[in-house]
Amino acid sequence: MGEAIVITSGKGGVGKTTTTANIGTALALQNKKVCLVDTDIGLRNLDVIMGLENRIIYDIVDVAEGRCKLSQTLIKDKRFECLKLVPAAQSKDKTSITPEQMKDIVDELKRDFDYVLIDCPAGIEQGFKNAVAGADQSIVVTTPENSAVRDADRIIGLLEKEESVASPKLIINRIRNHMMKSGGMLEIDEILDVLAIDLLGVVVDDEEVISASNKGEPIALNPSSRASIGYRNIARRILGESVPLMSLDENKGFFSRMKKLLGMR
Amino acid sequence: MANKLPLVTIKGKKDGLILLLNDRCSYEELISELKEKLSGQGSYFHEGPLISVKVEVGNRYLTKEDREEIQDIIRSEKQLFVAEIVSNVLSKDEAEELRKQEQLTTLRQIIRSGQEVMIEGDILLIGDVNPGGKIMATGNVYVLGALRGIAHAGFKGREDKVIVASVMKPSQLMIADVISRSPDIINDGNRVMEYAFVDQQTKQISVERLQTLFRRSLESAERL
Repeated sequence: MGEAIVITSGKGGVGKTTTTANIGTALALQNKKVCLVDTDIGLRNLDVIMGLENRIIYDIVDVAEGRCKLSQTLIKDKRFECLKLVPAAQSKDKTSITPEQMKDIVDELKRDFDYVLIDCPAGIEQGFKNAVAGADQSIVVTTPENSAVRDADRIIGLLEKEESVASPKLIINRIRNHMMKSGGMLEIDEILDVLAIDLLGVVVDDEEVISASNKGEPIALNPSSRASIGYRNIARRILGESVPLMSLDENKGFFSRMKKLLGMR
Repeated sequence: MANKLPLVTIKGKKDGLILLLNDRCSYEELISELKEKLSGQGSYFHEGPLISVKVEVGNRYLTKEDREEIQDIIRSEKQLFVAEIVSNVLSKDEAEELRKQEQLTTLRQIIRSGQEVMIEGDILLIGDVNPGGKIMATGNVYVLGALRGIAHAGFKGREDKVIVASVMKPSQLMIADVISRSPDIINDGNRVMEYAFVDQQTKQISVERLQTLFRRSLESAERL
């Protein structure tokens, strides 16, 4: 029986889909059976970032409405045998699936995969409720900006009310170290001070992430990229979750290592 | 029942009159005797300065209407006004309400963006109020943590209530109907505990170091 993790943020454009694709890829690199589920019905992106757009025949709404079996929607990744994608429908909207149907789908996937990563749409409406329905764990993605932190706070409040979901973990995305130092960006400690949840990892801002996404090749495949290292570390921490959670100090250590990397540049 | 005790006893004091109303007879009997007694005094109360009257009804419960009726009867004598009506009895609802207003509720949580907490009486929050979150109480608000959102104390109209926070960085403060918002530029220097109150002179919310709260409570001990 696998674990379902929803990746959410509240605010749009902070990198939920990129994070989902990269954590999935990084877990697949560790030989875990991973299924990515895109729940952003009507505005699907995950297939594009994974470079699998042209292979979609059936989507998640087809499963919910009984037009095909769940196994028929699973798209195999180009690079990894153990990585699959359940795409969202593009011509429907968020109301074309219910949280109950979503939960059934995720529960079925959990039987065959080690990790089911659910990519949540922006917002707190139906799409969010669908995405959270089947999840056991949750990851909140934010960027070091006030608006993103505010929305993350709202989402954390909603996630904490969900009894079936464990308390959320935080990923801080798109960190620009020189801006944090100059005070132009929120510092990691400031963000943790407000949100008061465990930090799962940080990812630095890297132009290569954009070019990799455009090519349909998640950055996590590229071992030399700094963002890739961030995602791979997050994946390792997820794998280690059966063991006690890493303390904040470890994260700081990790971050100071990142700082060193940046300093070398 | 010939020589029964009077149902209404009038006592004179230096600062006015005290009307002692019997609490064992029927209300109708009491009212008729009260009317009789007051009008029976003839023109006694019609001249001279205003006299304050304190009404003591003992163990009798008076409804709002009863209180108004008694007040009206006494006021109908020109020189009398009712200072207060004292009863030893509270209705269950009133007692319940009083208990609610006096109680302290302790909460251990973070009030996050979009969340609102409303409490009757005082609230002690062990945790933060984040930006976009709101904490409201009919009594005082005590935050053992950072107050970054909105706090509203005395929200049913009590201006004597205060807001206390370990870290006072609110987006808005409200006490009764008085509102203040944080300055657009916040100086980050002071890390002392603070409390907010309504300054009775300016009718605006002021923030002071928490250490000075006890002085304020001494000054307005009877109000707090």
